[in-house]
Amino acid sequence: MSEASPAKAYALHLGVIALLFVLSFLLPDYYHGLLARIMVLAVFAMGYNMLFGYVGLLSLGHAMFFGAGLYGAGLAVIQLGWSVPAAFAAGLGCGAVLSLIIGLLALRTTGVAFMIVTMMFAQVVYLAILYFAAWTGGDQGMVVPQPTRVLTFGATSLDLTNPTVRYMAALGLFSLVLLITLAVVRSRYGRVLVAIRENEERTKMLGYDTFSNKLAAVIVSGTICATSGAAYALLFGYVGSSFASVQYSILPLLWVLLGGAATTLGPLLGTLFMYYVIDVTSGYTSAYLLIVGVALILLVLFFPKGILGTVRQRWLGWLP
Amino acid sequence: MTPLLTTKGLSCSFGGLRAVDNVDFTLMPGEIRAVIGPNGAGKTTFVSLVSGRIQPSSGAIVFDGADITGLPTYARVRRGIAYTFQITSVFANLSAYDNVALPAQLTLSDSRSMGALRAGVMTALERTGLADRAHMPAGQLSYGHQRLLEVAMGLALKPRLLILDEPTQGLADSEIDNFIELVRDIAKNATVLLIEHNMPVVMQLADRITVFNAGRILAEGTPEAIREDAAVQDAYLGTAP
Repeated sequence: MSEASPAKAYALHLGVIALLFVLSFLLPDYYHGLLARIMVLAVFAMGYNMLFGYVGLLSLGHAMFFGAGLYGAGLAVIQLGWSVPAAFAAGLGCGAVLSLIIGLLALRTTGVAFMIVTMMFAQVVYLAILYFAAWTGGDQGMVVPQPTRVLTFGATSLDLTNPTVRYMAALGLFSLVLLITLAVVRSRYGRVLVAIRENEERTKMLGYDTFSNKLAAVIVSGTICATSGAAYALLFGYVGSSFASVQYSILPLLWVLLGGAATTLGPLLGTLFMYYVIDVTSGYTSAYLLIVGVALILLVLFFPKGILGTVRQRWLGWLP
Repeated sequence: MTPLLTTKGLSCSFGGLRAVDNVDFTLMPGEIRAVIGPNGAGKTTFVSLVSGRIQPSSGAIVFDGADITGLPTYARVRRGIAYTFQITSVFANLSAYDNVALPAQLTLSDSRSMGALRAGVMTALERTGLADRAHMPAGQLSYGHQRLLEVAMGLALKPRLLILDEPTQGLADSEIDNFIELVRDIAKNATVLLIEHNMPVVMQLADRITVFNAGRILAEGTPEAIREDAAVQDAYLGTAP
């Protein structure tokens, strides 16, 4: 937000990307695959953070945008036989159109009503997926066949089911979205979004059409989440209705709260943390969700602004 | 000369209360106009109607020759009507710089450069004497400085009409003197509509004074004429001992 230390912020973000790149060659197979998944889901969290962290709009229905990308891309491959790039674009397009429609309707409300309206729309999408089981596979979901998950550039082709290719594709997408997020929140538009979060009435009195700005933010947020969904379908090959369920609307909220709302790297950190806590604790006990719950409570008690939010508040004020 | 702002038959009711009642008002460009009146006279409601925060029950508002009655707030700000709040409402968690950058980046939309924005912000902060506090969170500024920040935000909009709603409320005497100088400086490039309770400030600054009482304009004229007006003395200034 502030004009200070842009170089430091960019260096930090490029450093994180470099670290993730190097990890690809160091991690054992299991964690290699897990981190690829986490990076794709962190994109989902970054999309959520754009709206929740920066504009202060708490949506409980973002699974529908993830689902739009997931099914948009998955159905394009499975039912229409489209190539990977076309299917990816289809996923993005579905997310953009859906977020435009939802934005126009849901932004007529604020606060608790906004949460309920977004949640209801997400349920409509979820139930529609179950209802049209003939095309979507219903609650069974669909597998995107391995031979179709290939990127072809002329003579060369990249097999997205290959672990290294998959990791690098996930990293590429993550890096791109991270840098876009950083650029947006540092821009003049980002300043307006934060102003809306802090005091919408005042922002109007400074000459801003807050509805249009919020609508744009919903579309950016929804499209980023759909990007994550489309990538998930194409990289991991499974398109399932559980990804459009309420659970997947709550998860990005948790990831963002954990990592730090309105921080650019918080979504990655939150997603990573949740996954590793679940991974580690489920090795010891079947009651791992209990431990996850306790960990969440402790975090909220001692890091009320999330991990990075608290770090920024106490030590590193320049953190974007 | 055409007026900058006129209202015709402007009314606004809250339930049974006519807060603003059939007001015809004219403001010429370049004026400093003070609006005074007892509490509940409808002053703040009147300027809220002008700035678009409240919709009128009836009547019309014309700004610079165009009817703006139906325009939303943000569109009026873009036409040059800036409003600074009676109750300080700066963005407490943002730096003073960011507070001013928000309005400044709007008026600089043709020039995308960082340098131009920075210059615009710092000019507004310097005029209000806040330049050395640019990076403090606005919420940590003293009350007087927050009031000045409000004015800086108004200035950064480069308004043609700047509405100041009780700007000296809660300021120390020393701060008020500086404030009077600041408003005179602003009035060189903009028309100022000032709601004010502090009569010495009004008498020093205003070219003309409009007196509101019970939602209507009771009197209008030069500071001298208003001071002599018996009806005004009755309603507001109190009778001389």
